[in-house]
Amino acid sequence: METILLFAPLVGAILCGFGYKYIGEKAAMWTATGMLFLSAFLSWISFVTFDGVTQHIEVLRWIESGSLSTSWGIRLDRLTTIMLIVITTVSSLVHLYSFGYMDKDPQWKEGESYKPRFFAYLSFFTFAMLMLVTSDNLVQMFFGWEGVGVASYLLIGFYYRKPTANAAAIKAFVVNRVGDFGFALGIFGLFFLTDSINFNDVFAAAPKLAETQLTFLWTEWNAANLLAFLLFVGAMGKSAQLFLHTWLPDAMEGPTPVSALIHAATMVTAGVFLVCRMSPLMEFAPEAMAFVTVVGASTAFFAATVGLVQTDIKRVIAYSTCSQLGYMFVAAGVGMYSAAMFHLLTHAFFKALLFLGAGSVINAMHHEQEMTEYGGLRKKIPFTYWSMMIGTLAITGVGIPLTHIGFAGFLSKDAIIESAYAGGSGYGFWLLVVAAAMTSFYSWRLMFLTFFGKARGDKHTHDHAHESPITMLIPLGVLSVGAVLAGMLWYGSFFGHADQVGKFYGIPVAEASAHGETSDHGEDAGHGEPAADDGHGEATAEGEHHYVFAGKPGEGGLYFGKDNTVLDDAHAAPVWVKVSPFIAMLGGLLMAIWFYIINPSLPGRLATAQKPLYLFFKNKWYFDELYNVIFVKPALAIGRFLWKRGDGGTIDGFLNGVAMGVVPFFTRLAGRAQTGFIFTYAFWMVLGIAALVTWMSIGGGAH
Amino acid sequence: MDLTQITSSVLASGPEIIIILGACVALMLSLVPRPGQGALLAGLSLVMIALAAAMSLTLAQNPQTAYGGMFVNDGFSTFFKMLLYLGTALTILISDRYLGTEDAAKGEYYVLLLFALSGAMIMVSGKDLLIIYVGLELQALSIYVLVGFLTTNTRSNEAALKYVILGAFSSGLLLFGLSLLYGLTGTTQLEAMGEALDSVETSSPLLALATVFLIVGLLFKVGAVPFHMWVPDIYEGAPSPVTGFMSTVGKVAAVAVILRLLIQDLAMLDPIWRGSVEAVAVLTLAAGSFAALVQTNIKRMLAYSSIAHGGFLLLGLLAGGSEGLASVMLYLLIFTVTNLGLFAVIVLLNRGAGQGENIQDFSGLAKSQPGVALMALVFLLSLAGIPPTGGFFAKFYVLVALVDAGFVLLAVFAVLLSAIAAWFYLRVIMLMYMEQNDQPAVFQVSPAIGWALIVTFTGTVLTGVLPAWFLGVSKAAATAGLG
Repeated sequence: METILLFAPLVGAILCGFGYKYIGEKAAMWTATGMLFLSAFLSWISFVTFDGVTQHIEVLRWIESGSLSTSWGIRLDRLTTIMLIVITTVSSLVHLYSFGYMDKDPQWKEGESYKPRFFAYLSFFTFAMLMLVTSDNLVQMFFGWEGVGVASYLLIGFYYRKPTANAAAIKAFVVNRVGDFGFALGIFGLFFLTDSINFNDVFAAAPKLAETQLTFLWTEWNAANLLAFLLFVGAMGKSAQLFLHTWLPDAMEGPTPVSALIHAATMVTAGVFLVCRMSPLMEFAPEAMAFVTVVGASTAFFAATVGLVQTDIKRVIAYSTCSQLGYMFVAAGVGMYSAAMFHLLTHAFFKALLFLGAGSVINAMHHEQEMTEYGGLRKKIPFTYWSMMIGTLAITGVGIPLTHIGFAGFLSKDAIIESAYAGGSGYGFWLLVVAAAMTSFYSWRLMFLTFFGKARGDKHTHDHAHESPITMLIPLGVLSVGAVLAGMLWYGSFFGHADQVGKFYGIPVAEASAHGETSDHGEDAGHGEPAADDGHGEATAEGEHHYVFAGKPGEGGLYFGKDNTVLDDAHAAPVWVKVSPFIAMLGGLLMAIWFYIINPSLPGRLATAQKPLYLFFKNKWYFDELYNVIFVKPALAIGRFLWKRGDGGTIDGFLNGVAMGVVPFFTRLAGRAQTGFIFTYAFWMVLGIAALVTWMSIGGGAH
Repeated sequence: MDLTQITSSVLASGPEIIIILGACVALMLSLVPRPGQGALLAGLSLVMIALAAAMSLTLAQNPQTAYGGMFVNDGFSTFFKMLLYLGTALTILISDRYLGTEDAAKGEYYVLLLFALSGAMIMVSGKDLLIIYVGLELQALSIYVLVGFLTTNTRSNEAALKYVILGAFSSGLLLFGLSLLYGLTGTTQLEAMGEALDSVETSSPLLALATVFLIVGLLFKVGAVPFHMWVPDIYEGAPSPVTGFMSTVGKVAAVAVILRLLIQDLAMLDPIWRGSVEAVAVLTLAAGSFAALVQTNIKRMLAYSSIAHGGFLLLGLLAGGSEGLASVMLYLLIFTVTNLGLFAVIVLLNRGAGQGENIQDFSGLAKSQPGVALMALVFLLSLAGIPPTGGFFAKFYVLVALVDAGFVLLAVFAVLLSAIAAWFYLRVIMLMYMEQNDQPAVFQVSPAIGWALIVTFTGTVLTGVLPAWFLGVSKAAATAGLG
């Protein structure tokens, strides 16, 4: 079954991409979509029936090289099944949505066939993403990792007539190469130290890595910390975390369904998935984890500030994605991986909903994306309005404080903020609370600018604004259900008591009662007991059984270290901590109402009064400009130097004067300017020989 | 030598004899020009190559040395010969059309290709420095003429002249190295030389000097920095199929000799060259990757790319052992199919008189020729080393071998530079898929090129999907070579 659900999208992609000439466009598109729904159906079955025991399914013998031997396999554990439902559900809905959205795209002329290509790319992306999350070893994961990169590149640049789309595609690819570089180094490092790339072996070796020292770049490092850090660099690229985030907003140049699927729900969460997948390693790398927390919190804060002032509807949501990904990394960074996965799941629903809703608005407004041109659309597109409203309620975290009743984002975001507090990261906690207020502000700002107030912009467009076709509305409806219920439904499984979470992920738990009586994992009891006494006497005193995680690295979907008590500490967090995100949300909402309903002239005046700050946010903290000066220009300059100067200029400058006078014959022989001269080449060779002779006779031979 | 030894020796060199005979027959036929002669000669050459390949495979059943130990047929040489056959056959398939558009169809072309092939084969099988040198010169002289084959094109002529001068220079250096080695050991046969060298101190200055000249002569052929300067000019000026031929067949033969000398028979020289070859490898990778960034001519860009790939091959050499050897061999296999595939596309785009070589000519290809564009996409991704193409595994196994051998820093450096190098392949992909072109390239894919494309495309994809099998083959050959 798992094999079928993995390969169905690939089959769909091939049939659709190559077969549309024979079976017709419509049939090709339905084939791809049908395959995806099949895959989604099977994913849900495997999610619901999964019993917590990790399975390994071998698909094909794959790499054999010396000590490196691995097969192409599926690792089926809870982490995988969560990702499976997220990916296939959103992807199948996006396929369906694309029927409406991509119909009669103004980027193409009449009669041009672009839709099958689009569907094929989408399906191919889904396959690559599935490969990433089901992989049983690091190299297969890297394959999927690169595959989604390529698919994302093709889809961002899908509107190839737009130069901005081309630039964005290239940027996404290049920035991701930086992240991939870190990831690849991490893989090689793990292989170097553990002599295997299979997750099982790597996880089992994690405790040993924590005691290994490694020399890298002339410095001694703790192996676990260094490797965790390198892997996280890969995650930063894919998940658009600070310093490697610049590609994500630009990626909005792609069609909106792509933004919803790749740049909100799935691919960008691959980094979070990677960190959670590597939790057995991460647990032994405290410094790297602290770094993850700091980067995550900073990104959450930074992206939220930029989101405040953007006017393009998709860019607001893009920065919001960037910011929410930061939340997930904070959760993972403080060791509460299941909270990160929880937010990943709920975020997939409500963010895909917001993107698809935005797509519906854009569709209604004839591909206008500037919110300054919107306004008063509530009546024109009521269904879109209500689904966006649900998405906004979910992302801002509306719910009843101190209970487990609320929209999806309420539960998962609060879980993260409580974890950040409990994990002892004051920096993370406060930045996240502030970011929550800003999240609320920019989300409501988007709603108010789009759906409330008077109609702005082109009158004709507003008059013709129309609700989207049914194929676009069904996905909105389904995702709305998810955005409302996903949090309440799975709160216990992701963020309940240790025994609930343990059962969900298949992590063995040990009972840690006040008397220290324990369980099947005798050796863990000694560790479990002090952890339990550590401020949780009251829980046991109430007569409840108290549990702690007691798995070995690699057992179950996640791994929690022996002294990881964040889950319990989070539950025991003070009341003011638990209500703080709610208050922040209310503050943001009230500010938004004041700014955009009560006193609409205020934002403009504020922007003029605080010009430097406004420009600073508006220009995304000037990251693009900075990178251009630091990286892009020098790289091109080096290239030019090696080509023009290295081949011709450097030597020519000093040799030409002499040689050309002496041997005029050679000047005639030289062809065009940049090809340089034979004697230059020969001269370089002689220099090289001289250098080698010196080196080998002095250095090499001395041994 | 008695009669049985002579017959067995002749038999052992059967593939070379077949190819040379084929070349002679082709030479006779080309004296009498007639319509359709190009296709006839191409067909004849392909048949001869197929015969030679069959014979090589038969001979590989029982490895043997011939001509008194000067010539060898082992798994190692068979693997490389197969690569040479493959490269030459693909070159022939893409040549006919190119010669047509450039208006340079002449029978000698195929004759020269076959002579170059036989030279390369002798290099690969040579177990004696003189034999290797003779093979190298036979191959080089044929290629000199092929580079200047477009007699009316000044770029081609200039390239040929430059190549002759610099090639002669490098041959001289190599020969000097060989004669020093002969002076030190009193033999030119590799095995005897290896034994004799065991008793020579590695700190001997004369030995260091001999090693330098030997290595420089060979590094020149691979296009390693700082002996790479000829590469861009000659690659750009030469007829495109010949460029493809040089970058694959020429390189394969040179690398085979390097591996045979440095890793197998003269392994004791290792401490002398290791440090400096590390530096050369790093410089080669860096220079190739950076300089390619700013090229606008596709052949010139591929020249720098091929320099960078040469750097990777040197890394495999540095890793050493059977793992390193196998990784280099697999790399060559994948590079041969991928690179010749891309050259097939370049030949398709050629519009005569060197037109169609600007990378701008790739723009809009996805629209006008979706099939060809898809193949070009796969070739470019493979050259960039992006999965799921073979190119990824080519690089991957070299890196694994490096890490296994403990050269982590070199591996880090290689990964970093290949990330940079990905950028310029990407530029071409972007042009094909995302740029529109008012005058899209119009061409018909001829059957010959179609076959070349299918073979190279399948090869590139298969090596990406089933790398284990190909690595197994390389490893068996590598182990045979190490004896």
